Amino acid sequence: MHNPQLDANGELKHLLTIEGLPKRILNQILDTAETFVGVAERDIKKVPLLRGKTVCNIFFENSTRTRTTFEIAAKRLSADVINLNVGTSSQSKGETILDTVDNLIAMHADMFVVRHAQSGAAHFIAQHVPDNISVINAGDGRHAHPTQGLLDVFTVRRYKPDMHNLRVALVGDVLHSRVARSEIHALTTLGVPEVRVIAPKTLLPADVEKLGVQVFHDMKNGLKDVDVVMMLRLQNERMTGALLPSAQEYFKTFGLTQEMLNHAKPDAIVMHPGPMNRGVEIDSSVADGSQSVILPQVTYGIAVRMAVMAILGGGQSAGGIS
Amino acid sequence: MQLPNPETLLADITAKIAEKINPNSALVGIHSGGVWLMRRVLETLKADIPFGTLDAALYRDDYAARGLKTNLKPSDIAFDVTDKHIILIDDIFYTGRTTRAAMNELFDYGRPASITLVVLINRGGAQLPITPNITGAEILLQADQNLQLSQDTKGKLHLEIEQNNA
Repeated sequence: MHNPQLDANGELKHLLTIEGLPKRILNQILDTAETFVGVAERDIKKVPLLRGKTVCNIFFENSTRTRTTFEIAAKRLSADVINLNVGTSSQSKGETILDTVDNLIAMHADMFVVRHAQSGAAHFIAQHVPDNISVINAGDGRHAHPTQGLLDVFTVRRYKPDMHNLRVALVGDVLHSRVARSEIHALTTLGVPEVRVIAPKTLLPADVEKLGVQVFHDMKNGLKDVDVVMMLRLQNERMTGALLPSAQEYFKTFGLTQEMLNHAKPDAIVMHPGPMNRGVEIDSSVADGSQSVILPQVTYGIAVRMAVMAILGGGQSAGGIS
Repeated sequence: MQLPNPETLLADITAKIAEKINPNSALVGIHSGGVWLMRRVLETLKADIPFGTLDAALYRDDYAARGLKTNLKPSDIAFDVTDKHIILIDDIFYTGRTTRAAMNELFDYGRPASITLVVLINRGGAQLPITPNITGAEILLQADQNLQLSQDTKGKLHLEIEQNNA
């Protein structure tokens, strides 16, 4: 089947989901991101790659943090950035998605970063845009959030480079998390042999085992001897019906406290995609503790987004140079 | 064509670099060949000189046409570039476009006092007003020829010419 993310030569054309991305492309993105980590540590945190290009952040759903990191990433590549919160603009006046996109194309945008509450929105836009425009999915419904998945994997690789010998546990609301799916795909593609999910039955998708993960319903067993603990946020805004008794009850059973974390390996790292619900899924002392890499994740997120944009933005003739 | 022994050329440029070194000097190698050469120069000089590495890919002028190369190496310049006399080392000098990109990147780290360009071989074909200050050898090549420096597992340098069919 044709992968809409890749061009005729198998190079990255859009970034819509990690599913179906070959290992070669994942490694290309992660290796390129290493270069951009260094750029952020310089006095002048800017490179000229996307000079003269216009990146449009089209956010049909609000997400200040994701939008900000894409904006910083684009600006550090010297692109001009337009931010559109469509929820508060034309769509409330009745304009369709494609009309909004067509207007931006007419303004000579070169890249779209799309966030939408509906699964598949970024795919839909990618199929519509002309050849010279790339689309990056910045989160679509419950479906995918590929740059978050990539930045998490990048963080894992930086702290635990030997990915073929890792035990990784994802804890929490897998059902509503678009990050979890992206992460599971990326981790297994890059050779992590054991990915676990730890969650109450009500917060797991019905076919979760099909993703190639081991399922645990209690923290103690699930965290035993893991190298990486990836906490997921309780997606309050996506909850419908009574999936959970109460936040306090959830914290007692699935909250990450230091006592729980001690079941993992002593050098295990703790990750969280943010924003955190302190005292609901994670205890403050763990979030701020020595094993936490939550803030480095944010820093690496910019490098990974720069890498994706830099790979997508260049090369009118096909293929990377060697 | 008989190519010179790169080890001899390296000894030659190392001696010329040694004459240039002053207390404010720093070495910067351009990936990958320039970095190999820089490390060998440092071994020989046995001096405490700040050094760094550059991959000027993010500053190249052919990005729009050819995209980002896939085996990017992170630039790593841990010293303060400002007011340093930078000795910039590359293996093969051709169009001068890599040097242009590398200089642009260096200036994003700071304002060097000077930049001296050292190359193992100048193969002719400069397209910009840039000339190496120290050159191991000049070998004029045709556009369809590709001169490649390689390093074997023992660290020994080799030169070979490939014919471009493209």
